[in-house]
Amino acid sequence: MQQNSIARLGNTGLSTVSDLGRMGLYLLQMIQGCFRFPFRFSEFMRQMHFIGAGSLVVIFFTAASTGMVLGLQGYYSLHKFGAEGMLGSAVSLTLIMELGPVLTALMVAGRAGSAMCAELGIMRISEQIDALDCMAVDPFRYLISPKLVAAIISVPLLTALFDVVGIAGGYVAGVQLMGVNPGSFIDGMQNSVTNHDIWLGTVKSFVFALIIVWICTGRGYFVHMIKGVGYGARSVSKVTTQAVVLSSISVLVLDYLITAILI
Amino acid sequence: MNTIGIEFKDVEKSFVKDDGSRQIILDKVNFTIPAGKTTVIAGGSGTGKSVTLKLILALLRADGGQIFVGGEDITMARGRKLKELRTRFGVLFQGAALFDSMSVFDNVALPLRERTKKTEADIKAQVLSSLEQLELLGHENKFPAQLSGGMKKRAGLARALQLKPEIMLFDEPTTGLDPVMTQEIYQLFARTQEQVGYTSIIVSHDIPKIFNLADQVIVLHKGVVDVFPSPEAIQWSQKPHIREFVKTTMGEIYQSHLVEQ
Repeated sequence: MQQNSIARLGNTGLSTVSDLGRMGLYLLQMIQGCFRFPFRFSEFMRQMHFIGAGSLVVIFFTAASTGMVLGLQGYYSLHKFGAEGMLGSAVSLTLIMELGPVLTALMVAGRAGSAMCAELGIMRISEQIDALDCMAVDPFRYLISPKLVAAIISVPLLTALFDVVGIAGGYVAGVQLMGVNPGSFIDGMQNSVTNHDIWLGTVKSFVFALIIVWICTGRGYFVHMIKGVGYGARSVSKVTTQAVVLSSISVLVLDYLITAILI
Repeated sequence: MNTIGIEFKDVEKSFVKDDGSRQIILDKVNFTIPAGKTTVIAGGSGTGKSVTLKLILALLRADGGQIFVGGEDITMARGRKLKELRTRFGVLFQGAALFDSMSVFDNVALPLRERTKKTEADIKAQVLSSLEQLELLGHENKFPAQLSGGMKKRAGLARALQLKPEIMLFDEPTTGLDPVMTQEIYQLFARTQEQVGYTSIIVSHDIPKIFNLADQVIVLHKGVVDVFPSPEAIQWSQKPHIREFVKTTMGEIYQSHLVEQ
């Protein structure tokens, strides 16, 4: 009994280490795949449309409501100290440095990341990826690099949109609804936001895009090798859930680490 | 047309089971698959037939030993070398493995678009001619989900044949097909092999019918292989597990005959 549990622990340890190693190599191959020719431009455009244009509505509404809540909450907190004039600064800095990149990444992970994972998982269990290998077509160049490049371009753009819409939402809630002086809102924003803050938000969105594509496509690609998820359609559904949870947690943890290192 | 054979030398493969124990699939096996001939790999479920195919394609790596494809050891091949070796293969997967988001035409055209520098006009001509040969003309704009089982197999075969493979591997090619369609698929294999002249390796449960195509039969059983130069030779074997295999799959007597073209 005791021997069995030790063996199980050992097996879990071994499979975790091999899983990590596999995912590490996968990351390298995925990045290499972006530099292999011919690049699939039409697939890249399709992914840009799916990840970027397809996420516009969800990003718009998430940003607008987040910005408005920030405006409202910020107003009540600052009002206690008579510091409503700081509202523009508080809303814009929070959105540009933290909430914009993080919430955009979480939306993209939930919407596009899950789809990428399920697509690759189904391709794996139906031997379509094996078929590509057998035709000597590199699956990284063919399937994964267009997704990575599209995400790396579209996630920062979506983040920028999130920031703009969020700040507008904060303006509507703070200035139009709660009566904060518009000049102090804009002035506070202009004075407090620096290029470094915008750079920090942009770096985060690049890293998050890479993490989402890495984890989501990687889990789908290796669905047949992941222990404990079962087989067939069930394994794809379990791995898709895993991928979204794992990439969301990674985004939140990395958000803290990047802020701590770069601020 | 050059044809090449395959040689297994002391090949070992095992898997770790969920309970941590090791399951031996191939235990230092040695056999040769002759060039230009048809070899059928048979055996019960879980004896490693599909694993053997995946080892030949280097989709799985052997734990030990060597596998020579046309004299080159594929177990050591990586990167460009592996790619080069794989271009010599055509594979028809169990479920045909067609790309389900692409039309039949795009599926068949994929190897030509990715692996050759042919113009789109040349590709179109070649694909349509292949589809015509495999009686799929008129279905080129359909998606795999809109095809019957037999049509999927034929589309998969058309795709596999585009780059004129020297070795064709068929993984359970008639699973899920009715007897008439099975017979049609076998006749199609015989016809295309005669035209293209490839070395053919068929993994199948469909015994004894599949023996109509076989020049050589390999039976896998508990990690060891038995090679028979003809389907009839299996019945002469005195080994108990082979006699049991013959009894359960074919009955007592079986005579092969050529498929009528």
